[in-house]
Amino acid sequence: MVHRYKNNGYLIVLDVNSGSVHIVDELVYEIIGLLETNVTPSEIVKNLKGQFEETDIRTALEECESLQEAGMLFTEDTYEEIITQFKDRKTVIKALCLHIAHDCNLACRYCFAEEGEYHGRKALMSFETGKQALDFLIANSGSRKNLEVDFFGGEPLMNWQVVKDLIAYGREQEQIHDKRFRFTLTTNGVLLNDEMIETANREMDNVVLSLDGRKEVNDSMRPYRNGKGSYERVVPVFQRFADSRNQDKYYVRGTFTRHNLDFSRDVLHLADLGFRQISVEPVVALPEEEYAIREEDISVLCDEYDVLAKEMIRREKEGKGFQFFHFMIDLTGGPCVYKRLSGCGAGTEYLAVTPWGDLYPCHQFVGEEKYLMGNVYDGVKNQKIRRKFQNSHVYAKEECKDCFAKFYCSGGCAANSYKFHGSVDGVYKIGCKLQRKRVECAIMVKAAKETALLNAHSKEER
Amino acid sequence: MKHIRTLNTKNLQNTVKKGGCGECQTSCQSACKTSCTVGNQSCESKRQQM
Repeated sequence: MVHRYKNNGYLIVLDVNSGSVHIVDELVYEIIGLLETNVTPSEIVKNLKGQFEETDIRTALEECESLQEAGMLFTEDTYEEIITQFKDRKTVIKALCLHIAHDCNLACRYCFAEEGEYHGRKALMSFETGKQALDFLIANSGSRKNLEVDFFGGEPLMNWQVVKDLIAYGREQEQIHDKRFRFTLTTNGVLLNDEMIETANREMDNVVLSLDGRKEVNDSMRPYRNGKGSYERVVPVFQRFADSRNQDKYYVRGTFTRHNLDFSRDVLHLADLGFRQISVEPVVALPEEEYAIREEDISVLCDEYDVLAKEMIRREKEGKGFQFFHFMIDLTGGPCVYKRLSGCGAGTEYLAVTPWGDLYPCHQFVGEEKYLMGNVYDGVKNQKIRRKFQNSHVYAKEECKDCFAKFYCSGGCAANSYKFHGSVDGVYKIGCKLQRKRVECAIMVKAAKETALLNAHSKEER
Repeated sequence: MKHIRTLNTKNLQNTVKKGGCGECQTSCQSACKTSCTVGNQSCESKRQQM
């Protein structure tokens, strides 16, 4: 399977099964389109010699053929063969999302936890439960050395002492069990102070700072409970935090909704505020919510991704570049095929823990009673759910089989699929379209970077 | 090559034999946690070799 597309003046061919990415000229672009439909080389020459020189056509055909022989073009899908062994793989738990607080000091309208209310059952995680969660993780992690613990919520800073105590406990246990904890923190920033910043900089591998973008956009979706906006409070402290981490190992993380389909403006606003690590992502919402993204919004959003990609390239050239999470792509190999097949790891390698110690496949499933998997005292009791997530991969989903983005997306978000289509085994179709666009843009941005480097290199040589 | 420039250096098919150590980060399409998307992750075992 190959995927050809044009974006921002680049003609790009992605060979899906090898992960090879080729920047081609018009001639090869046409040739590959014809080869895809099994037109023979001699017919291709006949077909194209009106538009191109015959010698060029033959050279280009040879180049395509040598790529094919090198396993970088029209490569076969050999992965379905490993699926059986893959489905039976033994999984270990290596990441937990700790809901340190089921409470929040904001009332964000799109919150997966009902504006931080959690069905009215507010709670803070005790140190004892958190300790048990870390013990559970260690005990079930097999020989995995790197373990991830995410301090999440609600708003984890509302229970900061427990966060600190758990970090101290984790560091102690690392020595005993030869593990390494990667602690991370997601916060709305309202309670953030210098002491927390200092601790986070010492202990957290990454921090996620929630901020949607422009003030009016942010304040309409992220108000305090009294309706006032939170932008003025959090922007300065987030700027300080990001700078103190040397503009690295953090994301400022926004959500876009139907109310700001022109979200590239929010991304650029965040860049103008000085942030270099930015993520702005589509809201996860039930379709009936008035702020949910709809099918008819997709073409506007795709245009926004294009606008954003172009502007990022321009700013990079001017020395004002920034990273955009969804455009980050590793073309030097990236993760292995097993990782590409297993996706996010929710429900198998990665679980969410409520303040009471209950286990769910991920934070989006917390509170969905039929997805309760067990608890940190007794372990995972519901193996059926675990197996369901384990067997949910791109070869199990009809829609994924023919999708060029399958090894970047890995089947998409199970929670999105569940909320929109009632099953974790489906795909969230709106998400798919956006994902494909993002992969195309991400590759194009890489192509532009490479081209700029090549041009700089050849200028130097002259 | 005259007509084609290939951007990447590694082939996913080569990872069938060598891959699967499981040390990589969990991934999420959303950065509401702190992970990467699968597409932008690095291989942890490569990182350790570097």
